[in-house]
Amino acid sequence: MSDASVPTGAGAPRARLMGVPGPDGRFGEFGGRFVPESLVPACVELSSAFDEAWGDPSFHEELDGLLTTYAGRPTPVTECRRLSEQLGVRVLMKREDLAHTGSHKINNVLGQALLARRMGKQRLVAETGAGQHGVASATAAALLGLRCVVYMGEVDVARQELNVFRMRLLGAEVRPVSSGSRTLKDAVNEALRDWVATVETTHYCIGSVMGPHPYPYMVRELQRVVGDEAREQCREVLGGADPDVVVACIGGGSNAAGTFAGFVDTRSALVGVEAAGGAALGSGVPGVVHGMRSMFLQDEDGQILEAHSISAGLDYPGIGPEHAQLAAVGRATYHSVGDDEVLDAFRTLAATEGIIPALEPAHAVAWLLRAARTGEVPPGSTVLLTMSGRGDKDVAQVMEMQS
Amino acid sequence: MTGPGTHQVGALEARLRERRDAGSKLVVPYLTGGLDGEWIDTLRALAAAGADAIEVGIPFSDPVMDGPTIQEASERALRSGTTRHSILDALRGADVDVPIAVMTYYNLVARAGHRRSASELAAAGVAGAILPDLPLDEAGPWLAAADEAGVATVLLAAPTTPDDRLAAIGARSRGFLYAVGLLGVTGERRELAASARAIAARCMAVTDLPVLVGVGVSNAAQARELCEVADGVVVGSALVRRLLDGAGPKGAGEFLAELRAAVDG
Ligand SMILES: Cc1ncc(COP(=O)(O)O)c(C=O)c1O
Repeated sequence: MSDASVPTGAGAPRARLMGVPGPDGRFGEFGGRFVPESLVPACVELSSAFDEAWGDPSFHEELDGLLTTYAGRPTPVTECRRLSEQLGVRVLMKREDLAHTGSHKINNVLGQALLARRMGKQRLVAETGAGQHGVASATAAALLGLRCVVYMGEVDVARQELNVFRMRLLGAEVRPVSSGSRTLKDAVNEALRDWVATVETTHYCIGSVMGPHPYPYMVRELQRVVGDEAREQCREVLGGADPDVVVACIGGGSNAAGTFAGFVDTRSALVGVEAAGGAALGSGVPGVVHGMRSMFLQDEDGQILEAHSISAGLDYPGIGPEHAQLAAVGRATYHSVGDDEVLDAFRTLAATEGIIPALEPAHAVAWLLRAARTGEVPPGSTVLLTMSGRGDKDVAQVMEMQS
Repeated sequence: MTGPGTHQVGALEARLRERRDAGSKLVVPYLTGGLDGEWIDTLRALAAAGADAIEVGIPFSDPVMDGPTIQEASERALRSGTTRHSILDALRGADVDVPIAVMTYYNLVARAGHRRSASELAAAGVAGAILPDLPLDEAGPWLAAADEAGVATVLLAAPTTPDDRLAAIGARSRGFLYAVGLLGVTGERRELAASARAIAARCMAVTDLPVLVGVGVSNAAQARELCEVADGVVVGSALVRRLLDGAGPKGAGEFLAELRAAVDG
């Protein structure tokens, strides 16, 4: 893809990207640890507990064991032949939709739940948008015998009913959040308020590469299995080559960060796709919310704006700080797609490949359809797309919108 | 009492030290700016009823340190069009004789730039700033701008703060040291948390600054009890709830007088 209009990794300052941040948790000017004083000691403790566990072969052994025998890893890479033919672009798909609980969220949560147990914390709190992280958290809690409380905006409780029921079946308590925009942002606020009060016994199991240090780094490391596997799998399929383009959808940015971590030091172009109504990199400015300096949709005064998307998982006005850095240095590019394109992609993928995507990764598919059409991804290119989750949870919503 | 050390003492710290050193306990109410059309009258009523300083909240869309009462007040203020500037404009003309400290979230001062925000506060006659989501480790650039503008940044100490950190926080705080009385967000509590007395005593041991306990201080009896171990109290949700219920400036003044009498008693 020599005439690619998406920038490649060639020439980028590779060594310093997606490495281990310093104790201040910075990714360039982004990141940090902007939390109430009550939580600072807990973040410091978590940071050293994670570093210690991540350097401990027995922790990896236990986590890898669960990822293999419980979550079903490695997930395959599927060659999408009919879609490729249609687009004139060779499309490979990393199938996180086939992981236990139906999305990549399980990778992060198994790691954090093991870590919580290691730190002697018996209770997990989590925020959820689409409900996938809530379901994954409830699952890990059930598996390890921990208590679990999931905060979810009332709007999302209504549009992701099925996942609410799943969480309750798994033994979690789901607490609907009625403040603010009643979506993911407000669920994070409420989870933080819970954690401020319960920090001595509770681990906050954040669902994406966001929040105060060490979360953005820790969650990226727990998700890098997606990119590490995919790189090897792509090399097998592509005769040792890396794909020209690597694309993933972005809510907070964890499936993208995990995917990019496997390719950041290759020549692959990295592309993140946001929802048009929640495009923190497309329309946001630097700010400090939810413990991190990053890019946020906000007004001139600094009040955070509500995001709007059909996808509950992307309905967030911010983005993980490492993505803000990758965008700032030009190693990854970020695009946004609208709800209509997403619904179109949802149907196209189902009909051409027999894969019903979650609405979140349908954003990545939508971008690919557009980029192949416009030539932004030139004919003959190879593309890896992370299919971060399956669409079962969204089928009812899409059916309703059709009628 | 010993002196304030080497830093510049602003209006907030000067007033609180003076009152404390004269043997008085300190009562600092919190009021959400722009809560209703008569909030400046409420401010005056609180001053007249004996507040030693007043915290004015600049409402934020995502107040993670606040419980339901102050969340509701913030939402109400924002819905009626309150902005940082409308609050500062009103404060500039308020002409109250007690020091004002704003309580807000970091994004609201970071958005406009540290130096501009700090000088706007100073220009409105604001003596102090409390930013509960800006811990000491991240505060450097703001502290420099605030110091330069003559705005005292009040730091918070929590029950989970370890001793060495507490000493550093006490040394860098200006105006007073805010002892967070419990693990949790703002809001009324029936009982005083056991942690309130403990953190108050720990704070008193590391600094000569006035130490005020806030978060969860809900009534006159609790205020009096804490004044046995601290220099004073900050009372927020208990006042704001009364205002949400329609107490008005008069009711606010009466509640403050009740607190005043309890701690003076
Ligand atoms: C299937 C799926 N993909 C993506 C996301 C967005 O999260 P992230 O950007 O952290 O991968 C979600 C969030 O709910 C999800 O459920």
